[in-house]
Parts: sequence; C-alpha cells; structure tokens
Amino acid sequence: MAEMVYYYDGSFEGFLCCIFDSYANKEVLTAIYRDEDFVPTLFASRVIQTNQDHANRVYRKVVKCSPYTASLLQKGFLTCLPEKELYMYRLVVKLLREGPGFLRNFSDETLHPVAKAVQHLMGEAHLLKGFVRFSELGGVLGSEIAPKNRVLPVLRSHFCARYQNEKFFIYDRTHQEALFYAAGKAVIRPLVDFQMAPPDETEATYRILWKRFYDTIAIKERYNPKCRMTNMPKRYWSTMTEFQGEEHFKAQSSPAAGSVPGAPAGISAPGKRPERGPSVPESAL
Amino acid sequence: MDVLEKLTVLTDAAKYDAACTSSGGSRSARKGYIGNTSSSVAGCCHSFSADGRCVTLLKVLLTNHCVYDCKYCVNRRSNDTKRAAFTPEELADLTINFYRRNYIEGLFLSSGVFRSPDYTTELMIRALRLLREQYRFNGYIHAKAIPGTSPELVEQLGLLADRLSVNIELPSEAGLKTLAPEKTKQAILTPMRQIQTRNQQNQEELVKYRHAPKFAPAGQSTQLIVGATRDTDLHILRLTQGLYDRYHLKRVFYSAYVPVVEHALLPAKDVKPPLLREHRLYQADWLLRFYGFRAEELLDERNPDFDPRVDPKCSWALAHLEFFPVEVNTADYESLLRIPGVGVTSARRILSARRSGRLHIDDLRKLGVVMKRAQYFLTASGKVPEGLRFTQDSLLRGLIAAELPSLPQQEAVQLSLFDSVG
Repeated sequence: MAEMVYYYDGSFEGFLCCIFDSYANKEVLTAIYRDEDFVPTLFASRVIQTNQDHANRVYRKVVKCSPYTASLLQKGFLTCLPEKELYMYRLVVKLLREGPGFLRNFSDETLHPVAKAVQHLMGEAHLLKGFVRFSELGGVLGSEIAPKNRVLPVLRSHFCARYQNEKFFIYDRTHQEALFYAAGKAVIRPLVDFQMAPPDETEATYRILWKRFYDTIAIKERYNPKCRMTNMPKRYWSTMTEFQGEEHFKAQSSPAAGSVPGAPAGISAPGKRPERGPSVPESAL
Repeated sequence: MDVLEKLTVLTDAAKYDAACTSSGGSRSARKGYIGNTSSSVAGCCHSFSADGRCVTLLKVLLTNHCVYDCKYCVNRRSNDTKRAAFTPEELADLTINFYRRNYIEGLFLSSGVFRSPDYTTELMIRALRLLREQYRFNGYIHAKAIPGTSPELVEQLGLLADRLSVNIELPSEAGLKTLAPEKTKQAILTPMRQIQTRNQQNQEELVKYRHAPKFAPAGQSTQLIVGATRDTDLHILRLTQGLYDRYHLKRVFYSAYVPVVEHALLPAKDVKPPLLREHRLYQADWLLRFYGFRAEELLDERNPDFDPRVDPKCSWALAHLEFFPVEVNTADYESLLRIPGVGVTSARRILSARRSGRLHIDDLRKLGVVMKRAQYFLTASGKVPEGLRFTQDSLLRGLIAAELPSLPQQEAVQLSLFDSVG
C-alpha cells in the first residue's frame, strides 16, 4: 500500500472523506493537513474533495462498530492536539481492523492520545462553564473567552439551557468564532476581530460589586496563591472580571435611565433598619 | 449604607463557612424561569479566591446581627463590629444579576440569629420566596437551618432550597458548653434528623407522584471547626462517620480555626490555622466516602491523630505492609482502591483495561495511577518498577518526598519542624 499525504477542507466531513478515500485508493496516510496549511512537500500528496455521502458512510460505519469512538471523533476534532486528524485516522483504522475490544484499555497506544486530548477538551469546557463572564449591554449578554480547544460546541447546551430566556453570545478569541443565542436558536459563526463595548453605568456597578465580593471572600490567614493557580490556571484570568484593571470598572457611556441597584438613592439611611430595597431593573424579572 | 458596603460587611462575616459546593442538584431549566442547577456531579466552580477555595455561590449572611455569644465566632454579640442586613429585594437583585453574568452558580444564604431562630428563619424564607417566586430564580440555593428553629419553618425552608445545612461547629458537647453556651447538641441534631427523615419521605413521594414538591433535593451537609478545641482526629472522624451512616449527610466540611478573637478558652491569636490537619481530615473523609475505609481502620486510641507527614492512605498502607504488594492483574476493586496512588477512576480503568490483555508497569501511568506513591505497593504481571529498591525506612522517606512539592510553602516549614522533633 502506498504512503500518502492528504489535504482536506478543514471540515469534519472533509476529515471523514480522507478516511473514505484512503480505503478507496488503498493508501496509508502519513499526514493529514488542512488546505490552508498547505506546504509543498516531496511526499506524494492528494487533495480530497468533501462528499457528504462518503462522510456519512464512514460515520455510520464507526457508529455501528463503536458509538464511543464516534463521539471521540466528534469531540477529538475540536481539540488542540497537534496532528489530531492523523491520530483519529489511526484510531478508526485500528477499530475497523481489530474491532472495539482494545477500546477498553485506556492506555492503548492508539486510543490514549485521542482520549487524553478529549479529556483535556472536556476539562477545559467544564472549567469555562464557571469562568465565562458575561456583560450586559443593551439587553444582550456578551462574553469573551480564549480557550486552547474549540469548546463552543461543548458549551452550547449548557448555556442555552441556563439562559434560555436571554439573548447572549460567547466570542472565542483563539478560534475567531462566536456562539450566538436568541429565542431558542443557537448558531456558531466565524467572527473576526471583535471588540467588547465598554460597560454602561449598570454593568459597571455589578462589576464593582462582584470584584468586591471576590476580594472579601478570601481569608487572608489562609492565603494560598499556588492552590488558586492549580485550580484556576492564569491563562483564564485575562477574560475574568475579577482580574481586570481599573479601566474595566468605569462606566463609559451615558448613565442608564431609572434607578440602579447599588446607587445611593432609594436605600434607607444607615442606622435605621432597612425596610424596602431599591427598585429592580426590568431585565431581572 | 449602600449595597456595596452591605455586601462587604455580610460577605466578610460569612467567609468562615467552608461549605461552598453546588453539587447534588439536577434541576433542568424551566420556561419563564432563569437558570438550572449544574448537571455535573462535582458542581461548578466559578472562581477561586486568593486562599485557593472555590467560589461557586454568592455566600453572604442575611444579617450579621446576632443574639448569641459563641466565643469562636466573629459575629458574636460582644464583638465590636459593623452590623448590616440585606433587604430581601437587595439580595434577590444581587443574586439574579450575578447569576445572569455567570459570576455564580446560586446563593448560599446564612444568617446571624436576629431576635430568635424562628424570626431569623422567617426572614430567610421571605427572601428566598421572593427570589424563587417573583424573580423566578431556578438556580442553586443552599440555606442554613439554624438550631432551635421550629420544624414547620425548616420544612418551608427545605421546599425553597436545594441543600440545607446545620452546622455542628464544635466536635464535642464539652466544646459546645464552654465556647457556645447558648447551643446544645440536641438543638443541632433535631433539625438534622428532621431534614433526613423528610428527605427520605420525599423520595417516596416522588416515586408515587412525579410532581411532588422537592424537599432539599441536594441533601444536607454540616461543618466542623478544627483546632478550636482539643478534640482528636479520631473523635472527629468517628463523628463524621456517624453522620454519614446515621444522618445520610452528603458532605461534612472541616474548617481550620482562624483565631479571630483573644479569649482564654481559645488558641492564642497568633496561632496559625491548622491547615495541614484540615487537609488530612478531608483526605480521610474521602477515604470514608469513596474508598470503603472505616474510621477505626485509619486511627485508634494509640494513634488518635493523623501523621502530618504522609496522607492517611499511605499511613494505613505503612501500618499494613502485609497487605502489599497488590497484583493489579488479579486484585479485586476493593483491594485496588487500597493502594496509595490508585483512585476511583484509575481503579475502574484497571478493571476495564485488563479485560483486553495483561497490564504491565508502563501502562499504569497512562491509566492515571500516581506511580511515585503506588510503585512501592503493587506489581504488574509479577514485576515491580525497574530499579526500585527500598527498605521500610526509605519507603517512608520516599512517600514524604513524593507529597512535599504539592503542599503549600508554609506547610513545608511545619513539616521540617516535625522532622527535627521526631
């Protein structure tokens, strides 16, 4: 069997077609690259055309052999593992050759790199379920993240269920794409060079409140920066409200109309027992 | 006083409560409501504070006014500190707006005892009801049940909250008598028992009627302060075990006592909180809940406290060398779990992997086994790791060295002190 380098269009279907064509042409793949990463090589190479039918056939076959592998392929495709296509290709080849028995062994040399990368993806997505910070601007919640893996498809169901009555978006700075959600519909679209707008009065107030809460909750006798860094690596800090500089907490546009919680007006004088709190912004109801 | 200042005072007063988890609830989103509870078993951490503790809930007191005078507490009546109280509206507004921005997973509401336990609980119920019904909050709520509250009010609180907790605070009745004279063991255990029976009853109701109102679906937890009294680790661990067995608690939290006040009956103010001891207790707590250990196996009357140098599982292994080495290809799940460095996940992976072929030493690291501890205690296909030689003495040294880098710096100083003594 001839050794070959394949180029595909970067889509999941395109990747499945690489597997299809490698069988159809009786070729063993030594590398799989995306079109845009094209570099002229001395090795024999082939550009694969994406064909939905072929992709479906490969996927159905994998699901039939092992649904677990199918989910590994889907998730593995989102990971930041270098040469992930090649690792996943070898996984499929081994599955079709030997059957699903080896999948029980997590330390299997073909399975382990893919399973490990998927674990990394799911771990990062789990952390980001907590670390995503939204800002409200004109009734829309927006946030920005900079993950290593493409976590948006994994995060989609979590945030769409949680904020089903809101309009929101999450912008992935690393992969230049964004998840948009409104009225029960969610889409992930490429988005280049996006800049967050500065906060208005209300937004700035809640940012200040949160920062104060975060600073107060720590017990100084137990100060343990190493433990914090282990649980929350520093690369996440750049998009989290509590670690931003002063500029982040200053309102830039004209103050929102109406009473805002946290503003001194509407709160009973100190010393007296509080009776009624400030009015509630309509958006909270 | 504005909301920012109230938040500061009431957070500062609430921060010594260790419990801050959002686990155990699985409420899906509802139309017209905001939020759900995390589907993950472990809950969801939204941040980590400078002391490395997870921030998942908005942890505040409703008020820090208190009629009690517990010696160890910052909010005691005789302490000269700034007092504040949230109105239900302020609290609901903060919770909703923090939640929408994904700052938090929900609310952790506790309170100082204002006038009486019943009156305080009524205030808490009013705040939670506003949040649930008017603001339509569907996220996680953890509420404190105050000892001495009447059962009817605990019942109402449980229908609004996901998790309830009653703090035991001091591990022995003698401790309670000297440091918290207004509290009794009985007053603490009564609501705990009520929550447990009501929870069981609720499970049965839910089988019969799918839409029966849920009573504290995420169960109950409690907290013990470690280091304020002279109670031994054995005493604390036995108490913990009893709480898991008899009261079906989801979690017992340990809080290293931070000296906040000078008092003849308490450790001096310059004493450091016993963080390492707290750490060892948590490790032992995990052994009780997930590893099938019993308190009596880990400690006994002759050794009533944990060895600070090695973790409780290593301690147990060192005292039971006849149990080792364990052959990973043939041992059952329970025996695998007894090996230091093998956890629930890696033990399951070993069980699954050996069905497809014999395991070798090199595979174990990939399966998630922590070999720097496990290497002394196992064999794979009859072999030990290459080049491994050890005696009983060097074994202990090896285990201490293996854990040292993962302990915080100040603990390392404590360790070297112990070394020079021993």
